[in-house]
Amino acid sequence: MKKSKQFWPFVIAAVLVYVVVQVLISNGMMNQFYSNTLILIAINIILAVSLHLVIGITGQFSIGHAGFLAVGAYLSAIVTMKLHLPFIVAILVGGIVAALAGLIVGIPSLRLKGDYLAIATLGFAEIIRIVFLNIDYVGGAAGMQVTHLTTWTYAFFCLVVTIIVIVNFTNSRHGIAAISVRENEIASDAMGINTTYYKVVAFALGSFFAGVAGALYAHNFYIIQPSQFGFLKSFDILIFVVLGGLGSLSGAVLSAILLTVVSTYLQGYPETRMIIYSLVLILVMLYRPKGLMGTMEITDYFKLWRTPKGGGQHGK
Amino acid sequence: MKTKKFASLFLATSLLAGILAGCSSGDEGSSKGGDTIKIGANLELSGAVASYGSSEAEAIDLAVEEINAAGGINGKKIELIKVDNKSDAAEATSAAIKLTSQDKVTAIIGAATSGNSVAQVQIATDNKTPMISPSGTSTTVTVGEDGKVNPFTFRTAFIDPFQGTVAANFAANTLKVKNVAVFADNASDYAKGLASSFIKDFEAAGGKIVAKESYVAKDTDFRSTLTRIKAANPDFIFIPGYYEEVGLIVKQARELGITVPLMGADGWDSPTIVDLAGAAALNNTYIITAYSSEDPDGLAKSFAEKFKAKYGKDPNSFSALGYDTVYLLKDAIERADSLDGTKIRDAIEATDNLELVTGLYSVDENHHPIKSATIIEFVDGNQVFKTKVNP
Amino acid sequence: MEWIQQLINGISLGSIYALIALGYTMVYGIIKLINFAHGDVFMVGSFIGFYSITVFGLGFFPALILSMAACALFGVIIERIAYKRLRNATRIAALITAIGVSLFIEYGVIYIRGAQPEAYPDVFSNRSFEFLGAHISIQSILILSVSVVLMILLQFIVHKTKTGKAMRAVSHDTEAAKLMGINVDNTISATFAIGSALAGAAGVIFGVYYTKIDPLMGVIPGVKAFVAAVLGGIGIIPGAMVGGLVLGVVETFVSALGFSLWRDAAAFVILILILIFRPSGIFGKNTREKV
Repeated sequence: MKKSKQFWPFVIAAVLVYVVVQVLISNGMMNQFYSNTLILIAINIILAVSLHLVIGITGQFSIGHAGFLAVGAYLSAIVTMKLHLPFIVAILVGGIVAALAGLIVGIPSLRLKGDYLAIATLGFAEIIRIVFLNIDYVGGAAGMQVTHLTTWTYAFFCLVVTIIVIVNFTNSRHGIAAISVRENEIASDAMGINTTYYKVVAFALGSFFAGVAGALYAHNFYIIQPSQFGFLKSFDILIFVVLGGLGSLSGAVLSAILLTVVSTYLQGYPETRMIIYSLVLILVMLYRPKGLMGTMEITDYFKLWRTPKGGGQHGK
Repeated sequence: MKTKKFASLFLATSLLAGILAGCSSGDEGSSKGGDTIKIGANLELSGAVASYGSSEAEAIDLAVEEINAAGGINGKKIELIKVDNKSDAAEATSAAIKLTSQDKVTAIIGAATSGNSVAQVQIATDNKTPMISPSGTSTTVTVGEDGKVNPFTFRTAFIDPFQGTVAANFAANTLKVKNVAVFADNASDYAKGLASSFIKDFEAAGGKIVAKESYVAKDTDFRSTLTRIKAANPDFIFIPGYYEEVGLIVKQARELGITVPLMGADGWDSPTIVDLAGAAALNNTYIITAYSSEDPDGLAKSFAEKFKAKYGKDPNSFSALGYDTVYLLKDAIERADSLDGTKIRDAIEATDNLELVTGLYSVDENHHPIKSATIIEFVDGNQVFKTKVNP
Repeated sequence: MEWIQQLINGISLGSIYALIALGYTMVYGIIKLINFAHGDVFMVGSFIGFYSITVFGLGFFPALILSMAACALFGVIIERIAYKRLRNATRIAALITAIGVSLFIEYGVIYIRGAQPEAYPDVFSNRSFEFLGAHISIQSILILSVSVVLMILLQFIVHKTKTGKAMRAVSHDTEAAKLMGINVDNTISATFAIGSALAGAAGVIFGVYYTKIDPLMGVIPGVKAFVAAVLGGIGIIPGAMVGGLVLGVVETFVSALGFSLWRDAAAFVILILILIFRPSGIFGKNTREKV
C-alpha cells in the first residue's frame, strides 16, 4: 500500500486542527470550559479507539477497560508526584505498565470466549481497583492529588499517535490476522494462525493506550480515587465502542465525541441526566443494534473509500 | 486510500471544535453585573453517593427559596445553577469549569465529598471564585498538601482532630473504660483522622486499643467484622463514620450481643440513625455534635419543621450542612456588599459566631470551622445532653 | 465459638446472593443474556415491600407476596419492551441494552423519590438466642427458611410442571422447542417472571435483615449474585444456590480474618480462578465448541 502518500496528508490535517485550536486557546477566544471539553474528548477518543482494537478488530469481548485506565492513571501520578519526573516520562510509564498489566490479565483470560471473557475482564478490573484501594502509598480510598499537567498539546499529540498506531496495526499483517480471529477463531486456528498470540498482542496494545489515556486523565482532574475506575467507567468506554458500531474506528471516534458533548451538556439538567442517557442507549440498541455506524467507516458514506479494511462484515 | 478516512475524521473533529469555539463568544454577556446573584451548586446528584448530594440539594433549594422570598441578598435574587458531578472527581472538575467559565457564578457550593471538592479547588483558586464544601471533611479541601491554605475554599462541616480528642477524654475520664476497639470508615479522611487522633489521645491517657478494624462506605454487612471485634472483648467501641453505615453497625452489633457503650462523632447525627438502628439498640451510645436536632430553641428545630413541610421527611445532617452553607454565603455576600470573589472570600474569613443550624460558626486561619462540641447520649431514641466542650 | 457465628453470618448473606443469582442463572440459561437490570429488580422489590409495609400496613408475608407478584410483572414488562426485540441481535447489543435498562430503573426511582436511604420498619422480632455460644437472630433463621422454601418451590416448578418442562426445553434448544409446539415467547416471559419474583423476595428479605435500602442498593449485590451464578455454573439452578452460599461464606471469612477491605476482591479472585480452571462452574458440564 502507498503508506507515505496516506501518512503525510493525515499529519498535515492533524497539525492544522491542532494549530487552529491552540491559537483559539492561547488568544482567549476559547475559554477553559471548551478547552477542557476538547481535552476530555481527546482522552475519551483514545479510550474508545484502544478498546475498539480489542473488541471491534480482534472480536474479544472485554468489559474491564477501566482497570487499565486506572493502572495508567496511578502509575503516571506516582512518576510525577512521588518521583518528580517529567510528565512525558509519566505518560510512557503509564502506558508501559498498563500494557504489562494487559499481558498479565490477557494471557490467562484470553483463552476464554464470549461472555466468559467479558466476566473475567470485569473481575480483573475490579481486582485492580481494590488493589489501589488498599495501597496507602497512593492514598487508599481517599485518593491521590495530582498536579494539572495535561494540556491540549499533550492530549492531541497522544490522540494522533494512538490513531496512527492503531490504524497501521489494523492494516498490517497482524491486524488482518486479528480480524480473522474475530471472524472465525476456529477457522483461523486451523489456517495456522496463532490466535492466542494475536489476541494477546491486540489486548496489550489496547491496554497500552488505555494507560496513556489514564496518564492524561490523572493529570487533567487534580485528584484520582479508586471509585472513579469502577465497572461503570468500563461500561462508559464500552458504550462508546458499541454505540459507534462494532468494528468501525470512525464510529468509535464519533460516538466518543458525541457522548462526551451530550454528557457535558446534560450537566445542567441533573434531575433527568441519567434518565435521558439511559433512554438514548436503549433506543439506539433497539432500533440500530449494530450501532450508529454499523461496521462502516465515515468515508464509506462519501463513497470515496470502499474497501472494507478496518471493518469488514461483522458476525457470521 | 486511508488519507481520506483520516482527513474526514479530522474534518469532523475540527468542525465540532469550530462549533464549540463559535458558541463561546456568544455566551460572554451575562456576567456579574445583572440583578441576580448566580450561585453554582456542584453536587453528587447521581452515582454512588447521590444520597449525600441530593440531601444537600434539597436543603439548598429550600434556603434559596426562603432568601428570595425575603427579598434576596442586598436586594438581588439568588439564581441557583445546579450541576451534577455523578459522584466522580473528573466530572466535578468539568462541572466546576462549566460553572466558573460558562455560567460565571459568584460562588460555588459543593461538593458533598472531600475528593470531589478537592477536584475543584484549583478551578476556584484560578477563577477567584469562593467555594464552600458543605460536608467535605478532609483537611486537604482547604489546606494543600504543601501546608498552604487554599485561598478560596472553605467548609461548613467539622473536620477535627479536636473531636477525636474530646471522644478520647470522654472515654477515658467519664466512662472510665480501658480496652477499646476502633471501627472506622476507611473511605473518608474524616473518619480516618478521627480514629487516629482518638487512638493517640486514648493511649496517652493510659488506655489500650484491643482491635482496630475498618469498613468502606456503602457496605451493608458488618457482622463478620463485628464478630471479630467482639472476640477481642473491648469494653467500648469508637465508630467514626456516617449515619448510613453507623446505623447498621449499631443494629448488627447489638444483635451479635455486643452491649458495651458505642461512640461516634457528628457524622452520626441524623434522625435516620434512629430508624436504621432502632431506638433500643441505640441506648448506651454517645455522639459528639455541634448542635442537637432535638434542641427546642435553636434554629435546628425550625429548620426541621420547614424541611418536613416542604419535602415530607426529616432532614439529615447533610441537609443541615447544605442549608447552612447557603446562609453562610448569604451572610458573607451581605457584609462584602459586592460580588467580587476576593471581597466575598475576605468576608467569609471574617465570619464570627454566625448562628447556623449546625451551631455557632467562625473560621480559623486554615479555613476550618470553629464550633464547640456537645456530647449527647441516646436514650430510647432521644438525644439527651451530657456535656459541652469548648475548643 | 467465633467461627460458628461467622458461618451463620456467611450463610445468611449467601442465601440472599443465592436468591438473586437464581434469576440471573435462569435468564442466562434461556436467552443467554447477562441481565444487568436484575439487581435493580431486586431494588424495586425491596421498595415495593417497604411501601406495602409502611403505607398499606401489611405484615411481612403479605408484603413479600405482593412484592414478588409486582416484580414478576415488572420483569415481564422489561422483557417485552426492551429485550424481546433483541433476541437475534448480537450479545453485546443485548448487554448494552441491559446496562441501559439498569440505569433507567435506578435513576427513574431516584427521580420519583430521591436518592436518600430508607429504613425498613421492624416487622419481625430481631430477638436472638444463643446456640453453642453463637448469637442467632430470628431474622437469620427467617432468611434461610424463606430462601430454602423458595428454592424448593422453584425446583418443583422447573422439574414437575409443564411450564418448567417448557423452560428446560427452550433453554436446551429453542428451535426444536418451537417445532415441538412450545410457545417460546410465553416461556421466556415465564422465566423472567419467576426470576424477577425471586429477586423481589430477596429485596424484601434484604430490607428486613439489613434495614437500609436505597435506589442504588442493587448494583453491588447484583454483581455479586452474578459471580455466584458463574461460580455454580451459569444456567444451572442448584449451582446458583451453592454458588451464592459459597460466596457469602467466603466473603464473611475473609472479613473475619481481618481483611475486610479485600472482601470484594476475594469474590472476583474466586470468579477468575473458576473461569480459568473450570469455566463451566462447579456444576457445569464442559461442552466442546463446534465449527
